[in-house]
Amino acid sequence: MTTASHGSARDEVLARIRAARPTEPVRVPREYRTAPATGTPDDAQSGRRRLELLVDRLVDYRATVRRSEPDGVAEALAELLAEVPTVVVPEGVPASWLSTYPGGIRRDGDPGPLTVTDLDAPGLAVLTGCAVAIAETGTLILDGGPDQGRRLLTLVPDHHVCVVRTDQVVGGLPEALARLADPTRPLTLVSGPSATSDIELDRVEGVHGPRRLEVLIVGG
Amino acid sequence: MTRGTGNIVAPLPFPTAARRELADGQLRANLRRATHTIRDKRLRLVGEVPDWEALRRSGAAIKDDVLARLPELLEQFEAAATTAGATVHWARDAAEACAVVTGLVRQTGSTEVVKVKSMATQEIGLNEALAEAGIAAVETDLAELIVQLADDTPSHILVPAIHYNRRQIREIFASRMPGVDVDSLTDEPAALAEAARRHLRAKFLSARVAISGANFAIAETGTLVVVESEGNGRMCLTLPGTLISVVGVEKLLPTFRDLEVFLQLLPRSSTGERMNPYTSLWTGVTPGDGPETVHIVLVDNGRTETLADPVGRQALRCIRCSACLNVCPVYERVGGHAYGSVYPGPIGAILSPQLTGPDAGANRTLPYASTLCGACFDACPVRIDIPQVLVHLRQRGVDARRGRPSAERTAMRTLSWVMRDRRRYTAALRAARRGSAPLRWTTGRRGQVRRLPWPLSAWTASRDAPLPAAETFRDWWAGRTPPAGRDDTPGRTSATGDDNTAGRGPVTAGEDDRDHG
Repeated sequence: MTTASHGSARDEVLARIRAARPTEPVRVPREYRTAPATGTPDDAQSGRRRLELLVDRLVDYRATVRRSEPDGVAEALAELLAEVPTVVVPEGVPASWLSTYPGGIRRDGDPGPLTVTDLDAPGLAVLTGCAVAIAETGTLILDGGPDQGRRLLTLVPDHHVCVVRTDQVVGGLPEALARLADPTRPLTLVSGPSATSDIELDRVEGVHGPRRLEVLIVGG
Repeated sequence: MTRGTGNIVAPLPFPTAARRELADGQLRANLRRATHTIRDKRLRLVGEVPDWEALRRSGAAIKDDVLARLPELLEQFEAAATTAGATVHWARDAAEACAVVTGLVRQTGSTEVVKVKSMATQEIGLNEALAEAGIAAVETDLAELIVQLADDTPSHILVPAIHYNRRQIREIFASRMPGVDVDSLTDEPAALAEAARRHLRAKFLSARVAISGANFAIAETGTLVVVESEGNGRMCLTLPGTLISVVGVEKLLPTFRDLEVFLQLLPRSSTGERMNPYTSLWTGVTPGDGPETVHIVLVDNGRTETLADPVGRQALRCIRCSACLNVCPVYERVGGHAYGSVYPGPIGAILSPQLTGPDAGANRTLPYASTLCGACFDACPVRIDIPQVLVHLRQRGVDARRGRPSAERTAMRTLSWVMRDRRRYTAALRAARRGSAPLRWTTGRRGQVRRLPWPLSAWTASRDAPLPAAETFRDWWAGRTPPAGRDDTPGRTSATGDDNTAGRGPVTAGEDDRDHG
């Protein structure tokens, strides 16, 4: 709702803009690349190049990248999480992912939602999927889908493990945004671990977001 | 029309402030290193994008389209955000925006708020206004925290603490950060970042109100977008129960799809990264995820005034990337504080005086803070022709004072009278040559005068003046001995001889060119 007490400010600002704005309509050219830069998803050759690009970009951000076949996810994750005592997962993460993981599992919403204090416990890792991944920029997009959960799950713990299926990897940003089911869901674009360059432009990984980002790419 | 107010008014004329900053050698060294590092990274990563120019053209056109349809798009944004559960407020100027935000914080009963780095809230002086109301605003961006703890002001849009080195930052933390372990605190950037993490984590987990700006606002969906690196933004946007976002009316984009252009342009232009670590998008309230109460304050503060100028309005395309700062030869030497506004550098030189109007403080001096070299235009991801606007604003300044006597105009009139007549011109040159002859002994090989008497001191205040040549070209030509066997026709050649360049042999020409920047 719009507060009534400031209605006059609203009317005045809009009236001023109407008086000041240009009247010529503007044609917006869109001659930039909207198709995937490395070919269509069906093209096996370009699909491989796209994955190589994604891995290269993620490693450049100092994220850790592992690969596994679809039937090897549980083993790969158990290995990745070997030193993690407890893993937090959103409600929709398949139980099969953690079938061989020996540590504790805390599922958000089961029984109740996890609190910030729960998530701030030391030694915790969070395991999620993602909505789409962008090869050119090494970006993972989380859209709050069932295997990604609420935003604070991937924010407060210091260690984020994200599973990316190869059919979720696209070439560039335009294709990625077009793939999102609903742009009005809370969205987070993650490109590497939290970082700052505020002190003499020296890059330091990890200020407030997870300091460790590990990506498991599943599929050939 | 209401002029913009807030922290966008230069208290001192630019030359005065610049001279003060130039005296700080540490600052210049820090700035040089920082601007060159970011500039080189930007160039490398922009070079990686084959369709960069197409993206720039689209970015500029999308923003122009926004300005042409601004009322409709604002109403569309307001309706979409409201439907999604946000409350939209409007503010004519800085004071009104501060009053709206202060009132909203008061309603929550909270006396402390966490803040995401935001140019809009700096522009309106929100922290000061909240402090007056007894509300402490905690800056959570590392650089903003450094600046806030030091009781200083930012010197760069993107890296506000760029004027401090690690030892200085360690001192600031050691003396001003509550609860910091002074003995174990080193000046390693990782150690300093860790200290900030621990200091702020307690704030994030307990804060009930967060205040942010927005990089983009999507009219179609009512979505706000914040682009950041550290995760402090995500903390503020996700944990507290109330979120208040202060957004300039020009931040709109028509559709969600338009982000495909701007999320490519912004990170590469601003930090020289393929993508910044975190970008958050939220639309109103999402039950169970993030704040239950979401407020959006749409701020004019001089933007409509800027919009009314057909040449100057392109400044409203700005997405605050700071690429123009990093390539600017003037900014690189004087730093952000010399501009006296939260918007420094080339974009500040055209934005601040337009938002406030030329009569606020010393803002009319800002369009002169440039050599018009054009590097800013080349670097701008939304193709703001900053040199064009600078010249336009200078012209507006001169036009506004036509009819009033000025030393410059008197000098130009006199010069015009002298140059209109050949005899007058020759006589004037001769007089200048004779008058300056004694100076030749004192100024040495460079043949430059550093200070001339009034009124010519206005010229030499910021540059050296060359001495008139010892001999004019005509005199030299007339007096030379033609080489034997060549049938030169001195008369024809001397007719094109120009006294302006006379006497400058090839040996001194290079030297003369040196200090004319």
